[in-house]
Amino acid sequence: MAAALALALASGGRRTLLVEVEGRQGIAQLFDTAPLPYEERKIAVAPGGGEVRALAVDAEAALLEYFELFYRLGMAGRTLRRMGAVEFATTLAPGLRDVLLTGKVKECVNRRDRDGRPVYDAVVLDAPPTGRVVSFLDVTKAMADLARTGPIHSQAEGVVQVLHSPLTAVHLVTLLEDLPVTETLETVDELTAAGFPTGAVFVNRVRPRWLPDRSVAAAAGGRVDAGRIRTGLASAGLDLPADVLDGLVAETVEHAVRVHGEAAALGRLEDATALPRLELPELMDGVDLGSLYELAETLCEQGVGAALTEVSP
Amino acid sequence: MSPRPAPAMDVDALLDDPDTRIVVCCGSGGVGKTTTSAALAIRAAERGRRTVVLTIDPARRLAQALGMEALGNEPGRVAAADGRLHAMMLDMRRTFDEMVHAHAEPDRAEAIIANPFYQTISTSFSGTQEYMAMEKLGQLAGTGEWDLIVVDTPPSRSALDFLDAPQRMSTFLDGRMIRLLSAPARAGGRSLRKLVGAGFSLFAKAVSTILGGQLLADASAFVQAFDTMFGGFRERAAATYALLRSPGTAFLVVAAPEPDALREAAYFVDRLSDEEMPLAGLVLNRTHPVLADLSETKARAVADGLRSAPLAAAVLRLHADRVDLAEREERLLSRFTGAHPGVAVARVPVVAGDIADLDGLRAVGERLARAADADEVLAGTLRSAR
Repeated sequence: MAAALALALASGGRRTLLVEVEGRQGIAQLFDTAPLPYEERKIAVAPGGGEVRALAVDAEAALLEYFELFYRLGMAGRTLRRMGAVEFATTLAPGLRDVLLTGKVKECVNRRDRDGRPVYDAVVLDAPPTGRVVSFLDVTKAMADLARTGPIHSQAEGVVQVLHSPLTAVHLVTLLEDLPVTETLETVDELTAAGFPTGAVFVNRVRPRWLPDRSVAAAAGGRVDAGRIRTGLASAGLDLPADVLDGLVAETVEHAVRVHGEAAALGRLEDATALPRLELPELMDGVDLGSLYELAETLCEQGVGAALTEVSP
Repeated sequence: MSPRPAPAMDVDALLDDPDTRIVVCCGSGGVGKTTTSAALAIRAAERGRRTVVLTIDPARRLAQALGMEALGNEPGRVAAADGRLHAMMLDMRRTFDEMVHAHAEPDRAEAIIANPFYQTISTSFSGTQEYMAMEKLGQLAGTGEWDLIVVDTPPSRSALDFLDAPQRMSTFLDGRMIRLLSAPARAGGRSLRKLVGAGFSLFAKAVSTILGGQLLADASAFVQAFDTMFGGFRERAAATYALLRSPGTAFLVVAAPEPDALREAAYFVDRLSDEEMPLAGLVLNRTHPVLADLSETKARAVADGLRSAPLAAAVLRLHADRVDLAEREERLLSRFTGAHPGVAVARVPVVAGDIADLDGLRAVGERLARAADADEVLAGTLRSAR
């Protein structure tokens, strides 16, 4: 999702940065490249001549980067990392990890070229899942764990400034299922309460609804007019044995239950939030590089615009 | 050349075998582990075994169905299977508290629990949940009250966390690091100091500058208080680990027919075999088998010509989509079985709608068990539906 957004935002000659923070190397898999180092790399060309760069932020590397900057650790840094000392420090204060990760994102957002223009037109952060995203972004809480002064503290203050400003939009990605919709709605409330600018709700993996609307509720309750189906099929010269027809009816009921559930989930989204909503189709063959471009195009068609930092869990 | 189809898993035989004492359901998040665990437990209990299911973070309605909402951190009886089924929900914090009380003198235990740092580690340290699940499993097995213990594993991104987290936690608690950080001059020994040299003192200084002295002091006090009971902790963790490797344990790797979930499942299968842990098979949840023997191309072609019968056309199109989906799922599965040909598989067709009560769980159990004879039929239908 974040990747498609980064592509969409890069189209027409812009430059975007796609950032992942959970060490999954999901970007590399998606774009079919070697695992990303802790370094910005160009990974794709967008339609109309833009470019997408990617960065896998790693908290330990970010911490060492700081130490290097402020304390000149030299070679010892690597040894410490091997010993697990760096992991230990980030474990000790879970908030530190988040400050380090979001801090790197902030640095990318604020970076300027020699003419003073932002290096990136947009930075898209593939954030942790909805359940954890607010605590991840809300570094003010994390700062309670940390010292009141020093480089990390000012770093955290900078993060708060960027993430709570109109530069940022937090988008939420959901499926049309009960639990994901509930989590999404809860997260929208939490984000608003914590003062984050919310963006859009992306409904992912929307599947075709084939049944006529008026038939859905009845079919979901198991009432399918098998006779009408048989007549309809026969009118096209298709005479099916009874067991095949039964199978079709069973598949129809399952389809209807799903569509019915999805409609209810959509209704809950509509009732509870006024955020703009974008839909992305289910990709039958899974997501690969080609389909990513299709998704990006779908997003452009639905009017994806320009915010500077995009956060999408 | 198409790979040999995976052997079908006989779930009932596994559950009925009196030598099966522990079933561990593992897999990445969101694949239906909790539902699978609960369904297996009900089925085992209804087939006559005294069963307890340890769930980690059940959806609210599932917890209600099992009557677990009011329960504490101990197994409670479920209104099913003539009282042979008990269920419990892991309460991480309470399990940790109980452990501390069991291993430390009363005043020391109080000191540990009152330490602010204990709050962090007992609730939000990644790994605590896995560690406590292991501990609870050890306790349940220790009572000897149960014929069968079914364990759900904590929701995590990676299935491997279940095996790795306790180790991570041990490393954290064994106190070497914290001693190094709080008093680098005294701890660690000469060799280590030589190794990292002045860098370490700088690092320690940097860490305390960043984290603040108070946090480090709390952590240090915590680890010191914890030190005396750490041996006991580690012994128990080792005992549970041995239990997991014993022949009475069966691991079920749970996955959904999605690339990521199956990739995780494959990692986990490899890992189990490295650790010599007994794998019973792969549960592939929420599959969409084709139910009607009609080819996809034919269905689409007829649907395109059916202007006057919208319902029939819709039925044909949704059937054609379903054939596509079933093919995709089989393709994903065959990639897995190609790399792991010996692993038995149980496909569990999707149950439409939410599973919100005991009957829903029974239906899932039924599908799990039926996988053994249904596979052949399904494969046949899919072939001819192409």
